[in-house]
Amino acid sequence: MNRRTVLALAVGAALLASGCTGTGGTSKGADAEAPDDPANVSGTITVLTHRTDLVQDGTMKKYAAEFNKTYPKVKVEFDGITDYEGEVKIRMNTEDYGDVLMIPAVIEKKDYPKFFASLGSQEERSKKYRFTDYTAVGGKVYGQSPLGAVPGFIYNKRVWREAGVTDWPTTPAEFLAGLKAIKSKTDAVPYYTNFKDGWPLSQWTGVRGSVSCDEQATTRWAEGNPWAEGGELRVADSLLYDIVHEGLSEKDPTTTNWEASKPKLAKGEIATMWLGSWAVIQMQGAAKQAGADPDDIGFMPFPAQKDGTFCAVTSPDYNQAVNIHSDHKEAARAWIDWFTDKSGYAEDNLALSPLKDAPLPDVLKPYEEAGVKLLDLDDSKGAELKTLENQSEVGINKPDYRKELVDMARGARKGDPDDYLDGLGEKWTETQKSLGS
Amino acid sequence: MTSTTETAAVKAAAGPGAAAPAPRRARLWRGATPWLFLLAPLAFLIVFTYAPIANMVAYSFTDWDGVSPELRYTGAENYAELLTRPDLFEVFWVSGYYLAASVVQIVAALYFATILSFNVRFRNFFKGVLFFPYLINGVAIGFVFLYFFQDGGTLDSVLSLFGVETDRAWLGTPESANTSLAAVSVWRYLGLNFVLFLGAIQSIPGELYEAAELDGANRWHQFRHIIAPGIKPVLSLTVILSISGSLSVFEIPYIMTGGATGTETFVIQTVKLAFQFNKTGLASAAAIVLLLIVLAVTWVQRRLVPDSADDKRMDLA
Repeated sequence: MNRRTVLALAVGAALLASGCTGTGGTSKGADAEAPDDPANVSGTITVLTHRTDLVQDGTMKKYAAEFNKTYPKVKVEFDGITDYEGEVKIRMNTEDYGDVLMIPAVIEKKDYPKFFASLGSQEERSKKYRFTDYTAVGGKVYGQSPLGAVPGFIYNKRVWREAGVTDWPTTPAEFLAGLKAIKSKTDAVPYYTNFKDGWPLSQWTGVRGSVSCDEQATTRWAEGNPWAEGGELRVADSLLYDIVHEGLSEKDPTTTNWEASKPKLAKGEIATMWLGSWAVIQMQGAAKQAGADPDDIGFMPFPAQKDGTFCAVTSPDYNQAVNIHSDHKEAARAWIDWFTDKSGYAEDNLALSPLKDAPLPDVLKPYEEAGVKLLDLDDSKGAELKTLENQSEVGINKPDYRKELVDMARGARKGDPDDYLDGLGEKWTETQKSLGS
Repeated sequence: MTSTTETAAVKAAAGPGAAAPAPRRARLWRGATPWLFLLAPLAFLIVFTYAPIANMVAYSFTDWDGVSPELRYTGAENYAELLTRPDLFEVFWVSGYYLAASVVQIVAALYFATILSFNVRFRNFFKGVLFFPYLINGVAIGFVFLYFFQDGGTLDSVLSLFGVETDRAWLGTPESANTSLAAVSVWRYLGLNFVLFLGAIQSIPGELYEAAELDGANRWHQFRHIIAPGIKPVLSLTVILSISGSLSVFEIPYIMTGGATGTETFVIQTVKLAFQFNKTGLASAAAIVLLLIVLAVTWVQRRLVPDSADDKRMDLA
């Protein structure tokens, strides 16, 4: 054996050894019980969070100090992660992913019991909390979102008023007419797509349920074709297409900038953006910084009505869960319970509380006055919807297909929008068939 | 002096009885020394290069989603899916823009390297200017050029200084976007090619130029008959790098457009398969197919333009 063969063999052996890595042992079915006596829980827990801003400015520390008043022996540490999805996904291949974490969107629902300790039965938790559907597997709940949001249009009230529109549009056509009035009567950009950053485009999928006013919307999407004539995505995507096609959006969408768009909306240089109630606080912050009036920031539902009322859908933020490998599950559970029930995190963010009996936040007060119906979607088919989205590579929660649609609308890409949306529906239903077989 | 040599001689004489295997051990050590030196780099190479590649090959035969603890062996299914979906290979047309750009890049680099190899004023300054972009991080370049191409951005304002009023979105149409992105990549990699060429040109002995000048050769003749043959190995290296680079463009388009408006390359598509649609198995297969394509193109290129025997020491394959 000459030297070269020895080397090749050594490398080969190393490759084989590494090739065998992959699935380790998995524990399954642990529970994170709530502690009986707060004074007796102890341990150091690490909380993984995507809110790096709150970790940096010390807000999370304040929450922890408040938490320690009830649970003096628990030490809470925070690990703020900028690229939360990407990084936590990789860490979850090991056992070291904190004690409390936000469930990354990439984790399939059926895998929840392998990664997280259960917080209790759905039957019991759903009496008190919203969003239990979203993390329930086999009747057990694995996570809890500390706040909720409602998708909708953020708009500058002053600009819309100057354009002569004071009532919320009730149909896509009225909405378009409103944008046209803004274009002709003011200097503002009627609608801003945030094309470059992309994720604001994927927010449009948040129309689920608002057009049909149906709590079973998720199931309908998973089992039907949301791009069929009159389907929710057909309505929403067509509206987006029309907005861009009629020149009602920014001039060069390819170089947009999300951070810069906030003060622009606050100052009235941009009139409208489709985002969600979660963005209101950021826009108001931008308004204060830019010296504009925070009260100009308004929030309106998707322009569609059912029997004369608007519908809006509550949707959870990241769901907090307990790592199944955690050594301090009681302490971790105590943190989640306290953070959900008592921290005031939802109020601080002007967001919808996860507690069913809590009052609506100020942001949504106009909704209450206008009689907008708030829906809690049934998410029992949420896992199927996600599988379908990934397998078909349509990516309803990804910006790509809407980017193509916007390109088409502004003439940078050839094609007919109707054919394009039909094509998406076809891909969708074909994948449904192949998954069903 | 004598006493020390004497004691050494005595010791040496007494030595063999006590330490008979010493020469053998010494030989062993001598044999092991290079390997000991190589231990650290080899370990790094295996752990961080070959092991991940082996893992990727293994994943390409599974339906792993990148995070689930469960994965199923699916045989060659991923490869079958790849090869039966022509839409996945359409993105290679985009590489054409970068291929065309790399021709421009090589020609320009060669031009500058030749000029700056002669005695030119401010030559070191120009060398610095040309090489500098290569030192900047690709992500930073992406952001800088995003502002550059913005509506009313640097490019538009510079053009308006010359009285040219363009009212176009540079990244707005597939043709314009790809051309702009390819131009950025030329700007970035020109320096690397330039330095490679310059090094090769400067290794040509100066007497040759003098002799040529005496024989009445002008600059073009010098380039054609001295420089061009002298740098052929480096030139072929650059061509290979450019082709494989054009096939696997990633950073600049990913940061600047995210693959929108017809700027999606094969690598961007692979990243999206793996991290957006959680088809890690399929994406691993796509990565391996790209590797094979690059190897095949290199092989074909080496067949078409073989190195002469003198250049074998520069052989890359």
